[in-house]
Formats: sequence, C-alpha cells, structure tokens
Amino acid sequence: MIISIASGKGGTGKTTVAANLAVSLEKPVRLLDCDVEEPNLHLFLAPENGEIETIKTLVPEILEDKCTFCGKCETLCQFKAIAIIKGTAAMTFPELCHSCGGCFKVCPENAIMASYRELGTTTRGHHQDIELIYGRLRVGEAMAPPLIKKVKSYAALDSINIIDSPPGTSCPVIASMSDSDFVILVTEPTPFGLHDLTLAVGAVRMLHIPFGLVINRSDIGNQDVKDYAASIGMPVLMEIPFDRQIAEATTNGKLMARELPGYRENFLTIFEQIKNIV
Amino acid sequence: MKELVIISGKGGTGKTSIMGAFATLAKNKVLCDADVDAADLHLIIEPSIQSRHDFKSGRTALIDENRCSQCGQCRDLCQFQAISLDFQVDPVACEGCGVCVHFCPENAIDFPINTCGEWYISDTRLGLMVHARLGVAEENSGKLVSLVRNEAKGMAEKTGSDLILTDGPPGVGCPVIASIGNADAVLVVTEPSVSGIHDLKRILALTEHFRVPAMVCINKYDLNQKLTDDINTYVRNSHATTLGKIPFDTGITHAMVQAQTILEYDPFSETSQAIQDIWQKVKDRVFT
Repeated sequence: MIISIASGKGGTGKTTVAANLAVSLEKPVRLLDCDVEEPNLHLFLAPENGEIETIKTLVPEILEDKCTFCGKCETLCQFKAIAIIKGTAAMTFPELCHSCGGCFKVCPENAIMASYRELGTTTRGHHQDIELIYGRLRVGEAMAPPLIKKVKSYAALDSINIIDSPPGTSCPVIASMSDSDFVILVTEPTPFGLHDLTLAVGAVRMLHIPFGLVINRSDIGNQDVKDYAASIGMPVLMEIPFDRQIAEATTNGKLMARELPGYRENFLTIFEQIKNIV
Repeated sequence: MKELVIISGKGGTGKTSIMGAFATLAKNKVLCDADVDAADLHLIIEPSIQSRHDFKSGRTALIDENRCSQCGQCRDLCQFQAISLDFQVDPVACEGCGVCVHFCPENAIDFPINTCGEWYISDTRLGLMVHARLGVAEENSGKLVSLVRNEAKGMAEKTGSDLILTDGPPGVGCPVIASIGNADAVLVVTEPSVSGIHDLKRILALTEHFRVPAMVCINKYDLNQKLTDDINTYVRNSHATTLGKIPFDTGITHAMVQAQTILEYDPFSETSQAIQDIWQKVKDRVFT
C-alpha cells in the first residue's frame, strides 16, 4: 500500500504527519521523502549508515567533428537545449534538457553522444525498524520530477509505503502522489490553508485517488475548512490542536507519537480509517 | 526601480504574511505574487481584477485514432511512459517533447499548445498587483513566474514605481530559480526549527549560486531560542545578513481571517513593530 501525504500549502505539517504515522504503524514501513527540494524527514528520523547514490539524467553532447550543423536536433528540441549556428557551431544547454532522447534519434550523422547532468542524490538507510529513502535535489537544478520518480521507485510491495510530497499542486506534487492508494491532505484551518487545500483536492481528484484530511493546529483560524470538508464529503481523519509544547518539541525534531501519550493511538486510527476506505 | 523577492525554502514560514505587511508599509510599488502554484496573497489583499490573460505554454501530444495505424513506435520512443496500450496519451505524464509527433510514420499525432493557467493585473487597496493561477497539475510554473515578474516590471516602469515586491514560491527548484534571477535582493523568511535551518542553508546556497544578495529574517523566533541563535551564527558566516526576528503571534492568523495585513490589523503589536524595523533595514539595503 502507498499512502501519500500532501497539502497544497507549505508548512502545514506534512512531514510531521508522515513521521508520526511511520513510527506508530506496525512494521514493515518504508518512508519515501519526495520533497526533494527541501527534504526534512531525515531530520526527524535520522537514518544510520545511509547509502548515498548520485542520480543523473541523460543529456546530449554534440561531437563537432561529425556534426554538419543541419539543425534537425535544434528544430526537434522543445526545450531550447540545443542551439545550432548554421554551418559553424553547435551548442548545448544541458540544464534545459528534459532527457526525451529525441536529438539522439533525429541526428542523421550520429554526432550526438550521451552525456549526463547530475539531478541530485538519493539516500537509503534505516532509522530503527523504519526504512527511509530520501531525495535531495542538487542546488541549482530546476527539475524535481525525475528525482522524485527515482525515490518512488523504492516503494516496496510487501510494506506500507508513506510518501512525503512537496507543497503546491504542479508537476512535482503530481509526480509524488500518482500511483498512491490513498492521499492524506494536511491543512490548517486558515484562509491560506483552505484555499490551497481546495487546489490540492482538485489535483487528487484528477488522479482519481481516495483522500482524507488531517487538520493541524485545528483550534486556530476559523470553521471554514471543516465546513468545506463536510460539503464535499471529505473524511476528517484526525485533528491536532495547537499546543505550544508540541510546536516547540517539533522545532527540535521530536515526534508527538513518541513524546506524548495518546498520539500513537490517534495515528493508528488514521490508518484504520484508510484501510476501511481503500 | 528595484525588485525585492520574498522566499523561504521551507513552506509555511510566513512569506505571504510578511509580504502583506511590507505591502502596507511600502510606498509607490507594484505587488507581484510569483507563488503561482499556490498563490495566497490575494486572500489578504483582495484584488479587483482589471485584466485577465491566458497563460499558454508547452504542448501535449494528441493521437488522432483515425490516422493512427497502431504501429507502436511512439510508445517505444516515449521516455515518459505517457502512451497507453490503447494509444491514448496521458496528458499528465506527457512532457511535451514532441518526439512521438516527429517520428510517427502516419503523421497521426497533433501537438496543440496548452493553456495552463491565467494571469491578472489587478487594482488593490495597496496598489497595483500582478498575479497568476497555474492550472492544477500543470507544468511550466517557472515560465509563468518569469511572465508575472516581467509584467510587474512593465507595470512598474509604466507607473514610475520605485519598487516591485514579489512573493516567491517555496523550495529550491524551477519556480524558485525563476523567481530570483536578476532580482536586486531576496529576503529569506525562516523559522527556528531543524527543518527551517536545513532549508535555509539550501536556499542560501541557491541565492549564492545565482549571485543574488540575500537577507534573512527569523519568524516565530521565540519557539526555539537556541535554534534562533544557531541561525544567527550560521547567517553571520554566510554571504547573507540577518535583519531581525519576529515573535510567534496568533495575531497573524487573526489578521488573515479578517483579510487584513498584520500592520492593518494590529499596527502597534510587537510583531508589527518588529516587521517595521525589518522593513526599514530592507529599504536601507535595497535602495543604497
């Protein structure tokens, strides 16, 4: 089973929910941190002996001694990653390349050689009995989805997989959530939280994945998030009231399911509800 | 004319609330919401839209089944597994690379341009605002970010404004890179948590990589005094400068619920005073 945690708005508590759920559930549990721009799960569940792998993507390198500067590759490339100065020179812009492979295929001279651009790294390790895999996008790299897909490829059939998604609703979020069996949306009951929640609901619906809601800091803001959830029939899986002690403990990377009584049971209840829905 | 971009690395640190407060304090400016993926500034600024424009970018393959001979070449060539066994293109998976379109022996694949969002020019009680809405699950957020920033710049030139205040997206990827390129300065809003510090280091590495001058403010500083001290130490040894700190304050949420900036809601609170101090320092740095 794959459960994704998503939110629309950032900073609502996705990572907190993912980490607490992971420590609460019966094992085996695999945690996949797909928020590769800003991965944070490892700060809460530090893995021992993490195995780091550099992830690369295919980009073209033009062999100028073979290239006739015909311009076919430049015309095909939708991403402006190749520029040909007619008859004289060829340039590539590897950071713009989406690795579609089209230029290799279209070149009549076999003048394009495989080269690579580093996307970032994946780290795989164990925190106690939890397996954690996280991606870390290279600073300066723009494209997160290929690295997200790599992290997701470590989902295991024989375990519960929990995916921590990035905020927003565009391609990195879709890359993270797609193929999930259930999405837990985490929000706070504020106007920003509600607005971004409605966007996230749109994204999850588009993927036809069942979903439910966790309301974090549930006693701040107003009633509108609850009214919205009721109006679209979205189940509220858990409410976590604001507690300055929890907030302070979280800043230090501590988990409420470990530190405070009752929370582990609450997170287990989330899972029971998900099992009933899926 | 200068542009200040407010970013954070980590989401939810208070970018938009601080942006709103600055919008109350700044004179003669244009506002720009570059968090096109989950834009929220309009919820407190309540813009009245003056003009609305489609955002067209990228293309998606579309197989015409009447022309398709089901040879399967497109499926073999597609690096994004976007073509199903029954020759339907999954528009979400399609990267818009056009490889299938080019190599289809039957010329059976169309390649229409996508309309992937809208952008707006609006009047607000705090001045002109350029903002946008990217369609759910769309790509090209970086291009839309560049577009709204360019439009904001055009508006600022036309109206003789001194400043563009830009609310940026979270993260360090494509939309963030698009939001900080050529900016005069960025203000990073961070918070004293293990996640906040981790993400701050990455966003400062990004601003250094693109050579954009960076300033830092610490929001909710009193949630963890030790980590606030750690942030101060870290920033002191970086290319950036810490301008100030803002206490944890539920007033920010109350203001948001009232669709007001914190400066409008409670101008004499400790939070509002702290933000005014930071704004003064931002101005001193950006305009000298």
